[in-house]
Amino acid sequence: MPKWFMPLVGINAVMFAAAPFLIARADYESTMGLVQKIFYFHMPSASMFLLSAVVCGIASARFLFGGSPRQDRLAYAAAELAVLFGAITLVTGPLWARKAWGVWWAWDVRLTSSLMGWMVAWAYLLVRKYGGPGSDKLAAGLALFGMANVPFVYISVNYWRTIHPKTSVVPTLPADMGAALWFSFACFLLLFILLLRVRVHLEEQRAKLDTLYLSLDD
Amino acid sequence: MQRSLPLLVLLLALFVSGPAVGCGAADDGPAAAQQPQPQPQPAPPAATDEFVPISQLPAQDQLPAAPLLVTAYAFVWLALFGYLVSVGRRLGKVQREVDRLESDIARGTRT
Repeated sequence: MPKWFMPLVGINAVMFAAAPFLIARADYESTMGLVQKIFYFHMPSASMFLLSAVVCGIASARFLFGGSPRQDRLAYAAAELAVLFGAITLVTGPLWARKAWGVWWAWDVRLTSSLMGWMVAWAYLLVRKYGGPGSDKLAAGLALFGMANVPFVYISVNYWRTIHPKTSVVPTLPADMGAALWFSFACFLLLFILLLRVRVHLEEQRAKLDTLYLSLDD
Repeated sequence: MQRSLPLLVLLLALFVSGPAVGCGAADDGPAAAQQPQPQPQPAPPAATDEFVPISQLPAQDQLPAAPLLVTAYAFVWLALFGYLVSVGRRLGKVQREVDRLESDIARGTRT
């Protein structure tokens, strides 16, 4: 692992320890009250979910058209993170919705397209695990679909009638709510970078293992 | 004569005021639009005349927010921690196997 890794892990741990204090200090939203504070981890995890899908898609495209195994490893790592952050988004969202909307789930465009993106990420991992030879290229094709879904997820709340808050909520946040949100966002972004690096390292070690086994066979 | 006097006064009053009311109604639109409308005063909070049990509120309002918030944050922490443990275990397993194979290969090269 690179030298910068462990200091950044320490910084990230401190940031995650400080985040609840900022979130607690942020003002309550007028209509939703306490439950709205789920937003401070929900939105950053949703952003990392979409970022993972984009990273996976770009790396898969480069793997498909360039054939670099390094890009394939990056795509595999990013797909796993898309499943992780997608799960966090799809669990924290309904917990918030239960109080704010009165229902756990609504088949509205934002929620449905997010669920679809998460299922594509799952499909990527399942194809990689059980698809047999050539599954890397098939999975890369799936990742392109996952990436194409991302702008759709993002703009869906602004173009279709939905009960999900619009994207205009974030730039209009007051200072204390904005500070809590962007601090949490920085926490999740750094965590995403660190997890991606560790996960790519795992794939590198697996590739090294394969090479060693091949050298033993020779 | 004395008994019909009040009736005459009433009829006269109606005769005089009728067209005036009608004209007033006809002119009401533009005149009302030009005149500043009185600002509605905020109603003072109504005195509580009954207590409503929480069980009679809509289901959405009965739900306490704290358990949902705690569950959401607990899930985030557990998911992240679980994933870290999972990656750590997988990495440790692969690393041990790499070390073992490398030592096997080194031993094989020496012999």
